[in-house]
Amino acid sequence: MLSRTADNLYWLSRYVERADCLARILDVSQRLAYTPVTYGGSTNEWGSAVLTAGVSDLFTERYGPLEEAKEEQVVSFLAFEAENPSSIRNCFEVARTNARSVRTALTSEMWEVINTAWIELRNFPNRALTRDELSRFLAFVKETSLRFDGATFRTMLRNDAYWFSRCGAQLERSDNTARILDVKYHVLLPEKEHVGGPLDYFQWASILRSVSALTAFHWVYRDSVKPWLVADLLILNRQMPRSLAACYDNLARNLDDIASAYGRQGPSQRLARSMLARLTNRNIEDIFQTGLHEFISGFISDNNKLGAEIKEQYLT
Amino acid sequence: MRVRIRHEITQRFAPGSRNLSVTVRLTPRPHEGQFIQRWTLDLNSDGRLHPLEDAFGNLCHAFSVDGPTDHVTVVAEGEVETFDTTGIVRGTVEPFPPALYLRETSLAHPTEAVITFADSVKDASPDPLSRLHALMVHLHETVAEIEPTPTIMPMSAHDALVAKASCPGGLAHLFTAAARHLGSPARHISGYLAEDDEGTARHWAEAYVPEIGWVAFDPGRNLCTTENYVRLAVGLDAFGVAPMRSTGFECRESVCAQDGRVPTRAVQSQSQGQN
Amino acid sequence: MRQAFDEMSSTNGHVRPAYETLKQWLSTVPQDVLDHRRKEAEYIFRRIGITFAVYGEQNAQERLIPFDIVPRILTKDEWGRLSKGLEQRVKALNMYIRDVYSKREVLKAGVVPEDLVYKNPAFRPEMNGQRVPHDLYVHIAGIDIVRTDPDTFYVLEDNARTPSGVSYMLENREIMLRLFPELFSMHKVAPVENYADDLLATLRSLSPHGGHEPNVVILTPGIYNSAYYEHSFLADKLGVDLVEGRDLFVKDGIVFMRTTEGPKRVDVIYRRLDDDFLDPLAFRPDSVLGVPGLMSAYQAGNVTLTNAVGTGVADDKAVYSYMPEIIRFYLGEEPLLPNVPTWRCREADHLKYVLEHLPELVVKEVHGSGGYGMLVGPAADKAQIEKFREKLIADPGNFIAQPTLALSTCPTLVEQGIAPRHVDLRPFILSGSDKVRIVPGGLTRVAMKEGSLVVNSSQGGGTKDTWVLDA
Repeated sequence: MLSRTADNLYWLSRYVERADCLARILDVSQRLAYTPVTYGGSTNEWGSAVLTAGVSDLFTERYGPLEEAKEEQVVSFLAFEAENPSSIRNCFEVARTNARSVRTALTSEMWEVINTAWIELRNFPNRALTRDELSRFLAFVKETSLRFDGATFRTMLRNDAYWFSRCGAQLERSDNTARILDVKYHVLLPEKEHVGGPLDYFQWASILRSVSALTAFHWVYRDSVKPWLVADLLILNRQMPRSLAACYDNLARNLDDIASAYGRQGPSQRLARSMLARLTNRNIEDIFQTGLHEFISGFISDNNKLGAEIKEQYLT
Repeated sequence: MRVRIRHEITQRFAPGSRNLSVTVRLTPRPHEGQFIQRWTLDLNSDGRLHPLEDAFGNLCHAFSVDGPTDHVTVVAEGEVETFDTTGIVRGTVEPFPPALYLRETSLAHPTEAVITFADSVKDASPDPLSRLHALMVHLHETVAEIEPTPTIMPMSAHDALVAKASCPGGLAHLFTAAARHLGSPARHISGYLAEDDEGTARHWAEAYVPEIGWVAFDPGRNLCTTENYVRLAVGLDAFGVAPMRSTGFECRESVCAQDGRVPTRAVQSQSQGQN
Repeated sequence: MRQAFDEMSSTNGHVRPAYETLKQWLSTVPQDVLDHRRKEAEYIFRRIGITFAVYGEQNAQERLIPFDIVPRILTKDEWGRLSKGLEQRVKALNMYIRDVYSKREVLKAGVVPEDLVYKNPAFRPEMNGQRVPHDLYVHIAGIDIVRTDPDTFYVLEDNARTPSGVSYMLENREIMLRLFPELFSMHKVAPVENYADDLLATLRSLSPHGGHEPNVVILTPGIYNSAYYEHSFLADKLGVDLVEGRDLFVKDGIVFMRTTEGPKRVDVIYRRLDDDFLDPLAFRPDSVLGVPGLMSAYQAGNVTLTNAVGTGVADDKAVYSYMPEIIRFYLGEEPLLPNVPTWRCREADHLKYVLEHLPELVVKEVHGSGGYGMLVGPAADKAQIEKFREKLIADPGNFIAQPTLALSTCPTLVEQGIAPRHVDLRPFILSGSDKVRIVPGGLTRVAMKEGSLVVNSSQGGGTKDTWVLDA
């Protein structure tokens, strides 16, 4: 297939996934911001939302230091602002532009999800939303990504178009999970406060919520929320669809599918497999011992490197 | 005169560029006023030069560069024997009848100002050749010649007229636009001017005179071309004679055109526009 | 202006045979049902995204072309005459273009004035002496036809560059089949859906070299082009790649496309990109839509461009006025389809006549399209006419004039019910190395406003399904 088509499919999925993650970040920040400080709420929740979204430079340029970030500013910046290339609105815009350029490579179901979302986006006013409106908006975003994933899964042929699309989604997803961990890693470190205090509980719970894993946690560990278990779930647990290991499980498989269809392996297959091996062979104690923060920043940079390899090998 | 020429062009690209396509128009053809003794083209990259002839009979070469690279350099070098023909150009390859050279182009567009300018010599003489000479003199008196601005395309006919100063390429645009308006087919010429102490790349014009043929006018120097001129390419305007066309963002040239009978001097550098 | 010929009711109200069944059916279906079906059609169009962009409109970036659910009907005989005339016309166009870029006999014989070729911006010096595969230039032509009475079809305009609208022809039929299956059961309508197959066969036949299966692609300027929907629609129907300039590159005179499996050779490019933008090394240097080096590959004979470069030299309105002579010159035949009588304002006596009769005439720019830059005399007020007169006097060579034709009308669903509206017809003619293919019908465009003669979609015109009856 055309490299540009593959590139469009890959970015289409990445942007839909990114919109979804942003919606979750906003959701959780809102919740945490309303939680009294004594229960783990913090004063700069909104600042860390911007940090997690990876757009802090642009934000400070526009609104000043992160520590003073206000709710309205952050919501509008992450959700709607045209000047923020990664705002939810822009994610949907770019997704649709990509979808239009590859109409013929999409199923009509996938196109309709994207096109409908783009049309519906106009129904949300271009001013500050009420809390009610905002939660309806966030629900709409999350629903769109679910519908898109569903349409992709149910209607696309299992060929290179599908695999490139999935690679985009998985790469974006692992990046987002890693970013959440990167911003919040300090609350997972055992020495921070006495273990299991109410303050930490809300922080840990919020991390789990931001990847929709609070319920899953209890099913998997049948234990109360503990920081190393949260880290284990998000990094190493393959049952958890947003964990780094699960993402790489899929990435390595999709890249191998591409390689076997084309009859040729390349650097992206090798890198994905070596990252998967690293996530498989480690345990969480190990990671804490060598430094959680170092591990996560290393992962984010390797994840970017994989994106660059895929681009170099297939998309240009 | 035997003119020794060295013409080096470098076009820059974004670092890491790949699969570049380049066309060069850097090989002069002989005519009654010039004989090509030897001529070579050299590339800085591995690539095969594919010779081709453009619409106006110019010898071109197309080539591809795999990259990654951030520049492409071509060097043309050779010797040309020239003869004084009092500006009359005969024995050229002519794929088109003169009428084609009445076409308008964006660089040689007859704006109102250009038309007024041209009309002022309309009644200078009933004879086309004298009228063209009058046009050259009038142009020479109205618009001063200045050095070409590096890396920029020559001015349009209109801009040259309004600015009252232009590089030779802009003067040629104004001359061709005005001559065409007066009903004389006219065209844009690129080539080299060998002078006593320095040589340069240069643009001038040719106009068609019934019964005589093509006559070359250099309005910047107010004369018809002499044996110091080497004719490289012909086109409707400066775009048509561009020595290198590609998709890079900057083009630098260094040209040396000297009387081959005197010992070689240091290469003189200048930059000239294109793209 | 005399009363227009109505294709259903003629001029005297007698229903013409081809429309009898339709008329009867229309009289039995209540208006609200028709309205409902029309809305349904609109809904389907919007959902599948058949939209077009209108230049100069900021907000209405993607608009629907109004679709009229009442079909336009041609008989087998009418179509037979039309298709013969179209084939003749396109044959002459091809021979003319070939001549203009080689021996120029038509100029030497004085049939067409030199300056119409040499000073024509659409003439491409680069094509001079250039052999194109199979000597064909216009592989896909759209010839605009108007009708004034039962027997007279005029050619209004030749489109020899990148005629668009064929996706509407195909989608209109699909929608009609979905909405009105009962109507089709009452008529024998010749199918059009084989157009995609015909187009692919035509494109393949044009490959510059025999042997292996040619790789055909469609080259689009991109999603912001007003006809992008059509480009992607055709790529889908043909099962070929829809490429943009940046997907292609030229290496040593061969065109390749970038794929996920590495470079792949391209043999035939159905390009929906104007000449000017095709190759920044040969034409506009600022074009980012084209493919650097494409012309050198084309000149080396390693790739076919459809349509060929420089076909515009045959389809402006000044050349149009010479088409009858051009047909006689190359084919030694009388034109089967007449031209609309045309005054060339470049000629002094014609100009004089035109200036004296402006309120009766339609005056058009030689290089204009889309219904812009024209004067419809009978519909214009005094001030508009005087303003146009100045433009005309300033640059007469830029205009032609034609009588205001009483274009035929067809029954059309409007707010007040079924009413006659003016129509034209654009059939699509495919010329391959093996044969000429024309699917029966074409795109009928309809002026939705009462009395309006402007059918262009950019000015509020709509479309209809066009039926050629098979018996």
